[in-house]
Amino acid sequence: MQYATNQYEGMIAETIVIPGHNGDPIGAYVARPLGPGPFPAIVVIHHMPGWDEWYREVTRKFAHHGFIAISPNLYHRAGHGIPEDIAVQVRATGGVPDDQVVGDVAGALAYAVAQPTCTGKVAVFGTCSGARHAYLAACRAPGFAAIINCWGGRVTMEPQELSPNQPVAPVDYTKDLACPVLGIFGEEDSSPTVAQVALLEQALIAHGKTYEFHMYPAAGHGFFYYDRPAYRQAQAMEGWKNIWAFLAKYVG
Amino acid sequence: MCTMIATQIKVAGSGKAGNGWFPLGEANVSYDHPFEAPFEHALSLDFVNEALGPSARVSVELDVASARQLVETITAILAKADRGGYIVD
Repeated sequence: MQYATNQYEGMIAETIVIPGHNGDPIGAYVARPLGPGPFPAIVVIHHMPGWDEWYREVTRKFAHHGFIAISPNLYHRAGHGIPEDIAVQVRATGGVPDDQVVGDVAGALAYAVAQPTCTGKVAVFGTCSGARHAYLAACRAPGFAAIINCWGGRVTMEPQELSPNQPVAPVDYTKDLACPVLGIFGEEDSSPTVAQVALLEQALIAHGKTYEFHMYPAAGHGFFYYDRPAYRQAQAMEGWKNIWAFLAKYVG
Repeated sequence: MCTMIATQIKVAGSGKAGNGWFPLGEANVSYDHPFEAPFEHALSLDFVNEALGPSARVSVELDVASARQLVETITAILAKADRGGYIVD
C-alpha cells in the first residue's frame, strides 16, 4: 500500500491476552490501523525461533497495509523470557502439539472477527514451522478466507517423522481446506525441497483446491529474513508483491 | 521446528552465562535452524537448568564439520583420561 504524503495514517500495536486452545489465556501481539475501517484481518503465525522481533515487525507491516493483524504466542505455555530462550525450551520438548496450535490460531481468528472494524474476512500467514501451522489451521479451523504458506517445512511428512505432538501430516487434511493457498518457496530450500512442494501441489490439485505457488530461483529457506544470510532482496520484494496481490484478490 | 531433530539429556556440571556460573540440569542437542550462526541448519547445544528458568542457558551453534570434530575430540580426550587412570566411575 502506498500512502500519499498528505494522507492520514496511524496504527495501534500492543500485546493483549486472548483465549487460546481450551480457553487457555495466551499472549498475542495485535497491530491495527486507526480509523473506522472496515479492515480485513490476518493471523500471523510465528516461526521456530519464536514470537520474536521479526514477527512483531511483520505484524505491523500487515497493519500498515490495512489489515487488523494478530500474532498469537504459540509458546505461551512454555513460560516467559527472551523469545530465543523460550524457543529452545519448546524445541527440546518436541515442539508444540498440533491440536493446541489449531486451538490457539482459532482463538486469534475469533478475536479478529469480533473486532467492530473487521470486514469478517481473515487470512492466515506463516513462515517456516509457522507456515506448517498456518496450513494445519486453515484446514482444521473453519473461517479463513486465504492462507499464505511461506516455505513451510514438514507440511508433507514421512511416516517416521510423525510424533505424538505431530501425529498427522498437514497435507493429509487438504480435503478439508476451504480457502485459496499462496505458496512462496525457494529452489535451494532443504525443507521444503522442490520435490516436497510438488507433493503438496499434487494434493491441492487432487482435491480441486485453488492455489498459487511461486518457486524463486537462487533462494533458500527464509529468504525474507533481512537479518539472516539467507536474505535475497530481489526475491523477497517479489514475494511481498505476490502476497499483497493475493490478499487483495481473496481478502479484499 | 522445521526439522524436529532434537533431544534432551540430563547432565551434571556448571555453565557460565552472562550472570555468572550456574548448575547445569539438562543439555538440549538439536539439528535445526540456528538463531545466530550463518547457516540454514546447525548442530546446537544448549546447556540449561530448567528449574532456574529459561534464561539459565549456555548455547553454541556449530556447523556440521565442527560438531563432528568436537565429538571426536571429546571421545579422544576421555579415552586418554581413561587410559591414564584418571576416570573413576
